Amino acid sequence: MKTLLVAEYRDGKILASSSELINFAAQLGAESAMVLVGSETTLPHYQGKLYLADSTKIGEFNPSQHKQLILEVIEKEQPSMVVLPHSSYGWDLAPRIALALKAAQISEVVEIKDGHLVVPSCNAKLRRRVKATTNISVVTLQGGAFTPAEDPDGTPEVIKVEVAADGDIQFAGYEEAETGGVDLSKADIIVSAGRGIGKPENLAMIENLAKALKGEYGASRPVVDAEWADPSRQVGTTGQTVTPKLYVACGISGAIQHLAGMKKSEFVLAINTDKDAPIGEIADVLAVADLKQLVPILTEKLNAL
Amino acid sequence: MKLLVCIKQVPDMESKFKVNAAGNWYEETDLAWRMNEYDEYAVEQAVQLKQQVGEADLTVLCIGSDRVKETMKKALAMGCDRGAHIADDASHLKDPYTIASLIAAYAKDKDFDLIFTGMQSQDRGSGQVGVLVAEMLGIPSLTTLVEFSYADGTINAKRELEGGIKAKVSCTTPALVTCQLGLNTPRYPTLPNIMKAKKKELISTPVDDLNPQPSLLEVLQVAPPEKKGGGLILEGDPADLADQLIQILKEKTTALA
Ligand SMILES: Cc1cc2nc3c(=O)[nH]c(=O)nc-3n(C[C@H](O)[C@H](O)[C@H](O)COP(=O)(O)OP(=O)(O)OC[C@H]3O[C@@H](n4cnc5c(N)ncnc54)[C@H](O)[C@@H]3O)c2cc1C
Ligand SMILES: Nc1ncnc2c1ncn2[C@@H]1O[C@H](COP(=O)(O)O)[C@@H](O)[C@H]1O
Repeated sequence: MKTLLVAEYRDGKILASSSELINFAAQLGAESAMVLVGSETTLPHYQGKLYLADSTKIGEFNPSQHKQLILEVIEKEQPSMVVLPHSSYGWDLAPRIALALKAAQISEVVEIKDGHLVVPSCNAKLRRRVKATTNISVVTLQGGAFTPAEDPDGTPEVIKVEVAADGDIQFAGYEEAETGGVDLSKADIIVSAGRGIGKPENLAMIENLAKALKGEYGASRPVVDAEWADPSRQVGTTGQTVTPKLYVACGISGAIQHLAGMKKSEFVLAINTDKDAPIGEIADVLAVADLKQLVPILTEKLNAL
Repeated sequence: MKLLVCIKQVPDMESKFKVNAAGNWYEETDLAWRMNEYDEYAVEQAVQLKQQVGEADLTVLCIGSDRVKETMKKALAMGCDRGAHIADDASHLKDPYTIASLIAAYAKDKDFDLIFTGMQSQDRGSGQVGVLVAEMLGIPSLTTLVEFSYADGTINAKRELEGGIKAKVSCTTPALVTCQLGLNTPRYPTLPNIMKAKKKELISTPVDDLNPQPSLLEVLQVAPPEKKGGGLILEGDPADLADQLIQILKEKTTALA
């Protein structure tokens, strides 16, 4: 079996997910080649063929160019699986490649089990083992699911490729993340509010518990999107990555994008009405309760200590 | 302007999920159903665009059993003009490729200027259908949008990338966009609009009329994730729970030291 790994590159840098692609191919026991729109000055550590298109010529991600380039490399390499990260890059690009090849796409693979690929469903409450019925398949990998224990080694054998610059989508630059506000990455104790708080007024409850524990308060994305909390409070892939000694998740279901930002916390306490909430998978303690009842009592008792 | 928005009905993610008897999906009985969250953003954006341009006709499309009409009515009450229901009791067994082939077959000769979809469905979460539809129709697609604006046949949008960075992109219509969390705040249908929605056109078409393409994926097994064990689950009276939690925090963490 042969895989073609499509590494992701942004603004002059190859992204760390490339090592996950390499590790995935290794776990499958598959041969691999890699394709990258990037630069010779920052090559990935990789032992194998690397088809490299010059990003200073191509510019940042443009779907039709990347699609065309990858299809040309597929033509040369004849892989039976094309692997991308399940990120903004893979979401956009993978279905385009899949349709061009009329290949099955398997999205967000979290595990290889008995040679089959496993994907999550229903906010990680179920898992499906799936199989492509086509000779070639396109696969995207959940971020973090295939992080190698050690960074890969090696120097790739670079094969330069070119692609005509064209496409029906124009890229007009990046907008950087807003900075300022609180730096949660330094907090020892974080109490976070999720959509389970129900209404903005209840955020005060979470703030009070954070105060009683002498920590900061954080939030899941829906709470920030609803403008109940400042964007700097958001924990997760599109927010901050935190590593506190204690993380208290109140009314947070535990979606993968939230977990990615807090799973390295030393101790996780979750308060949730749903005993099966996926946050339970990583929580040291899951208190099955209505936060509106438990959080005020807990705060009161802590203040009385 | 002709607009289409594709929505899916999904179970409330706080439900308890059981694997069905065939072992290929979840058991559909005893679930509360709602509009896929990402599709609410899609509907809202489509309705806002319709209000912006004035002259527009907005169709909401959904593939599924008769049960999904309830969710379609919500989209009609939010401001869609008509509903295209593709009646299919087995839609949950169809893969994203087949679902996309149905939407593309429906849209093929209808000259939609803009098609809105969610970036992913909450139950299946494949994030494929939108882009596949655009590729099948041969129109550009902009994905994972957190900002959208339209003027004179051009879409200017921002895509969300990881780490809070956004990419500014644009294309001309006809096009398809996939909608991400935070794009807008979906409106709640008002009572008068719910009443009005009852009179709006909602036509069901049998799925076979659209010549569904065979699935490219096979589901071998569906199961809950293996419990990693570890975590302690506490239940009971809030006051008792609070005492237990304080005890645990004292013993297992330095938080109260
Ligand atoms: C590209 C992308 C990036 C993303 N980035 C992030 C990110 O950086 N951070 C992030 O958080 N999310 C992110 N998300 C969103 C993520 O997928 C989830 O939608 C989000 O984390 C869910 O937030 P939540 O847990 O607060 O809400 P929900 O999933 O709605 O969960 C609410 C929880 O509250 C519980 N609950 C309800 N009422 C009560 C009560 N009274 N007492 C106790 N519990 C209660 C429910 O049982 C449920 O478990 C991203 C998504 C995408 C697609
Ligand atoms: N059964 C369906 N009927 C209509 N639209 C759908 C259906 N399934 C998926 N979609 C659309 O495709 C998007 C992506 O779905 P998915 O590829 O399943 O993650 C959803 O947000 C919907 O907009």
